[in-house]
Amino acid sequence: MRKLIFGLFIAILPALGLAAGGGVSLDHIETDHTDKASLQRGVALFTNYCMGCHSMEYARYKRVSDDLDIPAELYEENLIFTGAKIGELMKNSMSKDMAADWFGAPPPDLTLETRLRGESWVYSYLRGFYKDDSRPLGVNNVVYANVGMPHVMVGLQGLCAVEPKIGVDASVEPLSGNINNADVCPEYAIEGSMSAVEFDQAMYDLTNFMSYMGDPVRVERERLGVFVLIFVAIFFVFAYLLNREYWKDVH
Amino acid sequence: MNKLLNWVDERLPVVDAWNKHVGKYYAPKNFNMWYFFGSLAMLVLVNQLITGIWLTMSYNPSAEGAFASVEYIMRDVEWGWLLRYLHSTGASAFFIVVYLHMFRGLMYGSYQKPRELIWIFGMLIYLMLMAEAFMGYLLPWGQMSYWGAQVIVNLFGAIPVIGEDLSLWIRGDYLISGITLNRFFALHVVALPIVLLGLVVLHILALHEVGSNNPDGIDIKKNKDENGNPKDGIPFHPYYTVHDLLGVAVFFFIFFVVVFFFPEAGGLFIEKPNFEPANALKTPDHIAPVWYFTPFYAMLRAVTVDLFGLPAKFWGVVVMGGAIAILFVLPWLDRSPVRSMRYKGWLSRIALAILVVSFVVLGYLGLVPATEGRTTVAQILTVLYFLYFILMPFYTRMEKTKPVPERVTG
Repeated sequence: MRKLIFGLFIAILPALGLAAGGGVSLDHIETDHTDKASLQRGVALFTNYCMGCHSMEYARYKRVSDDLDIPAELYEENLIFTGAKIGELMKNSMSKDMAADWFGAPPPDLTLETRLRGESWVYSYLRGFYKDDSRPLGVNNVVYANVGMPHVMVGLQGLCAVEPKIGVDASVEPLSGNINNADVCPEYAIEGSMSAVEFDQAMYDLTNFMSYMGDPVRVERERLGVFVLIFVAIFFVFAYLLNREYWKDVH
Repeated sequence: MNKLLNWVDERLPVVDAWNKHVGKYYAPKNFNMWYFFGSLAMLVLVNQLITGIWLTMSYNPSAEGAFASVEYIMRDVEWGWLLRYLHSTGASAFFIVVYLHMFRGLMYGSYQKPRELIWIFGMLIYLMLMAEAFMGYLLPWGQMSYWGAQVIVNLFGAIPVIGEDLSLWIRGDYLISGITLNRFFALHVVALPIVLLGLVVLHILALHEVGSNNPDGIDIKKNKDENGNPKDGIPFHPYYTVHDLLGVAVFFFIFFVVVFFFPEAGGLFIEKPNFEPANALKTPDHIAPVWYFTPFYAMLRAVTVDLFGLPAKFWGVVVMGGAIAILFVLPWLDRSPVRSMRYKGWLSRIALAILVVSFVVLGYLGLVPATEGRTTVAQILTVLYFLYFILMPFYTRMEKTKPVPERVTG
């Protein structure tokens, strides 16, 4: 249903060439907010790896706990580190001034990051870190050049020795049968605990969670939308019949 | 019930008013689909007013709290997301409907004598709608809200001598700030809606005084039956009330597809940079107004030459203002003996087609970053846009028109 409508919509609206990102090639993903297992893994990753610096200050823990079927007590015990109550907004305790000193700019709030930059951008960015000794933190990013953020997930992914191949599809060489660009990173300076496939899945889960946070009502909105459209369609039939009844004596 | 009605009617002319404007308002029987957009504009106006009132209940018009309060509406307010998307989608829908309504007027000569005042009130509504939309767009206090407002308010600075003071006066500060946000909020939710509603009343009163035009551009009051009712007319109620229901259903279907499935419309209805709070120290890479302003924005950018010692920016503002102002005098530019495009000559048809293409392509060019080639195209199209109006007195008189029938043609 959504695909069909989307196709029609694209056909009607011309000139949608507005995607943010400015010419960087990206790996594209489709997020799925109904995949609760993925979202649960995502919130665990976000809480453990991102929330030390990044807040989600427009959202509340309780909403996440409810929407993702995580019992409130379990959530409070394992996923709230600041001592906040579960009904509170997802802030963190890092001072913005100090953060600006450490990283050049305070880490942005990430509640709406996927809607600002796009889901594929976030997914690609998370997998785009590589070793670059000319940078203050020793790492750079192919999607966001000279970013001030350290490679937080180095323990999971490892550190890529060269620029990772983002937005490049894997291809099979016909003669040798070798697969090119199967992994984002061909060579690691530091090995991580996850395989490339595992890390991609983890970053998909994390992006999926961030996408859910940007638009938490999406599943409910689309579910209701179907009923609303069915109602309008039925309304149209009755309006059409009523109109025909009245207009049959107009010549 | 009847007694109550009589009681009221003896004190207030409710029956009279109903008959004059609805029950015995005779409208031509040959309206086609282009005649849906007037009533749809009313529908969208009601949508904007109602959702707007409820949004106001949870919105916080301060630089510190505005952005967070919009997210609070989206997340914590019951059905807040629906109210907000109905309102944001409604803003774009309003312009779509109004542009189609205006095109109908151009096509069937609905601005011609004796409907000049209807057209002028309509143009004033359009102008107020632009002001309303512009001020409303600042309220979410996102990056595009902020920088869009900055760019537009700075345009006033291009006016010689008084310009800088004028834009300072509009902002109430040296840059867009909480002061500006508060006054835009006041204008958006109180002042402009009152003016807008007043103009809509005038628009409709003037219409009902002279009667509706129709796709044939014929005066149906020339042919009346023994009761004094137009032979080609039918009472607005019930015929057009039930007819408009069909239009409402089709409109709602498309409208709700956007509201429930694509509320951002790919960045056209809600621009992506607006998901970041306003930041006076960080300019976005590419500032584009919302789509309904982009034809005029493209005209503004198309002017690149300084003239008579005044900067190009000033002349750009003049061109942009002129593009809207020239619409007001349209009723006196059309010298054609016929109203409808059905009986006008091919010159008028080509001219209207060129106008539409120019306007749409300018709208696209206003959305995308300017390049040298695009600016040249925008310049040509701006000239074509103006030629439609400037040459109208000539081509409408020169061309050979077809004979207009006595009665409407279905």
